[in-house]
Parts: sequence; C-alpha cells; structure tokens
Amino acid sequence: MNEKMSNFQIPSKGGKENRFSLSQASVPLMFILICALCIPIAGLSPSYLINEIITRMGRNSFLILSLLIPIMAGMGLNFGMTLGAMAGEIGLILVSDWQIVGIPGMILAAIVSVPISVLLGVFCGNILNKAKGREMITSYIMSFFVNGIYLLVVLYLMGSVIPIKHGSIKLPRGYGIRNTVSLLSMRQKLDNLLAINVSGIKIPVATFIVIALLCLFIVWFRRTKLGQDMRAVGQDMEVARDAGIDVERTRIISIVMSTVLAGIGMIIYLQNMGNIATYSSHSQIGMFCIAALLVGGASVDKASIGNVFLGVILFHTMFIVAPRAGAYITGDSMIGEYFRVFMSYAVITIALIMYETKKRRDKSQTGKELAAAQQAEEAEAGKEA
Amino acid sequence: MTENTTMKNRVVEALKDFGLPRLIITGFLLLLLIMAPIVGADLPTQISNIINRFSWNGILVLAMVPMVHSGCGLNFGLPLGIISGLLGATMSIEFGFTGAFSFVVAALIATPFALILGVLYGWLLNRIKGGEMMIATYVGFSSVSLMCMMWLLLPYHSPTMVWGLAGKGMRTTISLEGYYIGALADILKIEIGNISIPTGSILFFALLAFAIWAFLHTKTGTAMTAVGSNPAYAKAAGINVDKIRMLSVVMSTWLAAIGILVYEQGFGFIQLYMAPFYMALPAVSAILIGGASVNKATIMNVIVGTILFQGIVTMTPTVMNNMIHMDMSEVIRVIASMGMILFALTRKTEAKR
Repeated sequence: MNEKMSNFQIPSKGGKENRFSLSQASVPLMFILICALCIPIAGLSPSYLINEIITRMGRNSFLILSLLIPIMAGMGLNFGMTLGAMAGEIGLILVSDWQIVGIPGMILAAIVSVPISVLLGVFCGNILNKAKGREMITSYIMSFFVNGIYLLVVLYLMGSVIPIKHGSIKLPRGYGIRNTVSLLSMRQKLDNLLAINVSGIKIPVATFIVIALLCLFIVWFRRTKLGQDMRAVGQDMEVARDAGIDVERTRIISIVMSTVLAGIGMIIYLQNMGNIATYSSHSQIGMFCIAALLVGGASVDKASIGNVFLGVILFHTMFIVAPRAGAYITGDSMIGEYFRVFMSYAVITIALIMYETKKRRDKSQTGKELAAAQQAEEAEAGKEA
Repeated sequence: MTENTTMKNRVVEALKDFGLPRLIITGFLLLLLIMAPIVGADLPTQISNIINRFSWNGILVLAMVPMVHSGCGLNFGLPLGIISGLLGATMSIEFGFTGAFSFVVAALIATPFALILGVLYGWLLNRIKGGEMMIATYVGFSSVSLMCMMWLLLPYHSPTMVWGLAGKGMRTTISLEGYYIGALADILKIEIGNISIPTGSILFFALLAFAIWAFLHTKTGTAMTAVGSNPAYAKAAGINVDKIRMLSVVMSTWLAAIGILVYEQGFGFIQLYMAPFYMALPAVSAILIGGASVNKATIMNVIVGTILFQGIVTMTPTVMNNMIHMDMSEVIRVIASMGMILFALTRKTEAKR
C-alpha cells in the first residue's frame, strides 16, 4: 500500500509544478502589460524612470526580503512585518534624539531596534501558534494591535517616561513625538556611501551591497539545519513534528527573524526618505511590500529572491507611471493615485484566492488519489480471493 | 457541599466562557460609568450619546450574524455591503428625492446592488472555504479602492454631491440636510432634559434583529446553523451547503447596505472614498466584545456588544479628559478592539473544515 501511494504521488507532483508555474507567471505578465501600456502614455524621460526605479529598489528590497522566511516556514505572508517597521522607527527616533549622525547613527538605530523586534516577534509568534491555519488574518490584526501599543509609547510615554531632550522632535505640550521627525543628519547617508553616477543615473552601491549580503544570508540560511527544519514545517507540520522538529519554536524563530529584518529594512527605507512620518510611515508598508512580492510572481506558499527583485521593478514602475498616465487619460491626477492603490489590493486579493483554490484542489486531488489507490487495492484483493 | 462546588464550578466555567478580555472591557466601562459623575462629566448626555451611537451602528454589527452562523467566519468584507448602501444613497439624491422618502428610495436602490454583489461574493467564498476571513478583508479593500475611482468617474451631477468648481467628481463628505437626516431617528423621538432617544432607529433595529432571530429559527435558519457547526454532517443530512452559505453572505451584505444607510441618517453625512475602508473592524470587535466567537453569534451578542463598544468609544474621551487632561481614547479604543479580535482568533474553534 505504501509503495503504491508513493508511486501515485510522483507523476501528480510533476503535473502540479507545471500548472503552478503557469498561474504564477500570470500576475507578472499582467503587470508587464500594464507598465508597457502606461510608460509611453506617462511620457517620462527614460533616465528619470530608471533613476526612480533604482532608488526604489534600494529603498524597498530589504523590507521585501524580510517576508521570505515566514513563507518558507509555511506561515504565509507576514502582515506582521509592520511590527518590525515600528521597532525600526523607535530606534531611529531615539537615535536622532541622541544626535548621533550618519552611518553610526543608523547602525545604533538598528542595534536599538533589534531587541524590540525580537520581543515583538516572540509575542507575535506565540499568538500565531495559537491561531494555526489563520496566520495571515491574525498577523494582520496583530499589526493593528501593536500599532495601538506603538501609539501609546510614542504619543504618551516618550518624553514623559522615556527621556526625549530635543524640542525639535517633541510635541510642544512636553511629551509625545511630532508628526514628522527629520532625519536630515542621516538622510541618504548609506545611499551616498560609495554611490556611483552612470550617465546621470545614481546607483547607491552601499545599499545594494547590504541587500546582496542579505540575499546571500537567505541562500545560506536555507541550507542550514534550521532552514531545512523551517521548510519541513512549512510543508507539513505533523510530519515535521513526527520527525522530531520543535514546530512551535521553529515557527516563532521564523517570525522573529522576519521582524528583525523588517526593522533593519525600515531603517534603510527611512534613511532614503529622509524623514519619519511618525504615525503613518509604517501603516501601509506591509501592504506595499506584500503586493510588490506577489507582483514578482510569488505566491502565499512559495517565494524566491528573484520574485523580490522582479516584483520591486514591476510594482514600482507601475507606481511611478500610473498617476501620470491616469492624469493624461482622464484629466484627473487622483484617478491614477486610486488606480495604483486599487492594483495593490487587487493583486493581493487575487494571490490569496489563487492560493486558497489551489490548496483546496490539491486536497481533493489527494483525496481522489487515495480513494483510487484504495479501490485498486480492493480490486486486487478481490481478484486474489 | 457537592452542590456548592458545582455552583462554584459553574461560576468558574461561566467566567472562563466569558473570557478575560471581555471581563476587562466590561469592567472598564463600568468604571467609566462610575467615574463620569465624579470627574464632572454629564452622565445623562453620555448615556444619550451611547444610545444614539447604538442606533447608528446596531445594524452594521447585526450584519455579522448570518455569516458567522453559516461558518463563513467574521465578515471582514463588510465594506462590500457598505458600498451597495452608498450607491443607493447617492443615486437616491441624484434622482432628486428629498426628505425622509429619499431614505426609502435609497434602501430600495441599494437592495439589488447588495444582492448582486452578495451573490458574487458568496460564490467566491464558496470556492475558498477555510480562507474566508483573509480574502474577505481584501475583497473589501479592493472594492473600496475600486469605488474610489468610480466616485470620480461615475456621471453624478447633483450640485449637493459633486465638487462645486469642477462640476464633477463626488465630494468626500455629503451633508444629508434636506435629505434623509434623522429619517428614522425623528420618528417618535423622546426628549427628556439632556437625554434624547431615537425611538424610530431603535425600533427599526429591533425589527431587523427580530427578523434575523425569527429566520434563524425557521427550517432554512436551522440548516444555516448546521452548516456552520458541522458542514460534513449538514451535507450528509441533505443540505445544500454552498447554497446556504451563499444565502448567508447575501443576507450579511444586504444588512450592511441597510446598516450604512441607518448610520448615515443618524450621523447626518454620507462619507465616500476611503471612509468605508476600516468600517468592518469596529463592527467585528463589537460583536466579539458582546460574547460572540468566530463561529457562534446571537442577537444578544450584537446588542450587548454594540452597547459596550460604543460605550467605550463615547465615554473614554470625556472621562479621560476630565480626569487627567489627556486624551488617550484613541489608543485605548485601538488596543481594546484589536485585542478582542486577536483573542477571538486564537480561540480553538469546534468546527474544523
């Protein structure tokens, strides 16, 4: 019986792969089409466009890469990456109050953010372990819940309990942080380090080196014992448990790693922007990063580094050209703004639907195969009798 | 002795059933009610506020019930129904109806939209059983952002609704003065001193709540509960699971459409564009605070939950401000409501699909 089942599974697996790649390619193809249509209409100069795309690649790639590890562990799209983003912001706020500038300031901010990220990640991981099967909605609500705590800390505790000295970042009432915190002393410090100029296009080499290091880390991590464990957990929790893997702990580690990386990613993101919108910088970040990853052809249960970069390029090209193209077609610039927001949500919706239908189809397929195997077995048994 | 322990056990059981977060929230509201007169807030005004806000939000919370019953989980896709309501509201004004009658027309126009969108939404949810809540959230988001474009593009011309200068594109907020403001609330309105009770709205809520309660006790309604608590058993009993789920989704969507109209007639404004975006979350947390879980909800949960949730929303700003001159209401509201949803999501549920 056992032998038979494995015989059954081998051909069906190959079939699945084929169907998978086809449906996976559909979203990037659609975006290539949209970009191809919008770029000529928007009428932006190629050098401007390329410059913008490269800037945004440097700005966002690190954040998006932080999503890969929970996907590996089968926990879906980590909407809770916002938690890390908040930790990163707290780090930056504190460091800019201590007036430590430039790259050392960024590194210190990262150091400050890590323990906060770890704490939040452990908390989030524990909650998600209690909500297996609905990790995504739970991590999504989680981001709102922690946003409430973030508000409490930043709006009430900073300046009253946590010492904040400088009036430029404190609200006039004496406690709480202003709506925007200027990061002038750190603005694009990483981007400008080793930056090279190729015919008017600025390439932030140092940022790309950091991103490349993270990519290498992820590639290496996949091969470690822990990485293998995560993949096993992602494939089948029960089997992994039987194989002696501590499923709960592995899942928590994957969320902690994602949160820590998101915190560092947020610091890279904000040094490029040059200021922190204290109460809104993090709120949309999860959504845009997830949308970009999915545009790159990732799905809820499978994502690679290639998806990240393809996604950043396609998604942000759409982001740059849509408002201009929309304004040209309809005469109203708001249409394009709403269009790109709509596309972000639509692409996430479609990816989620595809994932769930595929999951159901696979389930019924396995059921059918099992039934067929059983029937064959019975028929054989009948013959023998 | 044995009786005593069983009593004690029963109390402990009841408390466990009630849940710690719920206990904290109820305790917090009671504390606020006690504190209000001490710190000098006007209690009658506060109570009147709670009653009024209950009448605005009640039906939106009620819209959760059918989908929870059929096992589709919490309806995070509420904005879809709200959009149907908004289409009804704006079209009613566009076609030139005024006064309280425009409310009736708005409800009539909203209904076919709600039915069509509900059927599509239900069809989608039937294809992705088990992942309803996440997809519902994003169906809501996509539809709201799609409508943002539509509000700019649809050919509305009524001068009360479009931007004055451009002559096209809807305003973000539309006043209902002269239209159906207070259409229900002013029926049999009772005013004693500082307290005003919108009897009409409350009666309308009671009517719909009774209708849902009665429906859940019909044959189809019982079938719906069966589908929610054990789909395999329901299927074996000859119930068409997909059809029942579809019905529940359509009901939820329609209730949301009517709910937003009732909300608007109390609030006095139609809010377009991104306004419906996060409207599902307060409704979800309200019904959970009222004692519902991901797959169990009663009309009583709706009533208790809406009163508790709106109580906290209205009471905290005034009481806190009077007490410590610090408005922490937003933070408390976010932590309490999101904490409640998190708590509900982490509970083990009986129905496994």
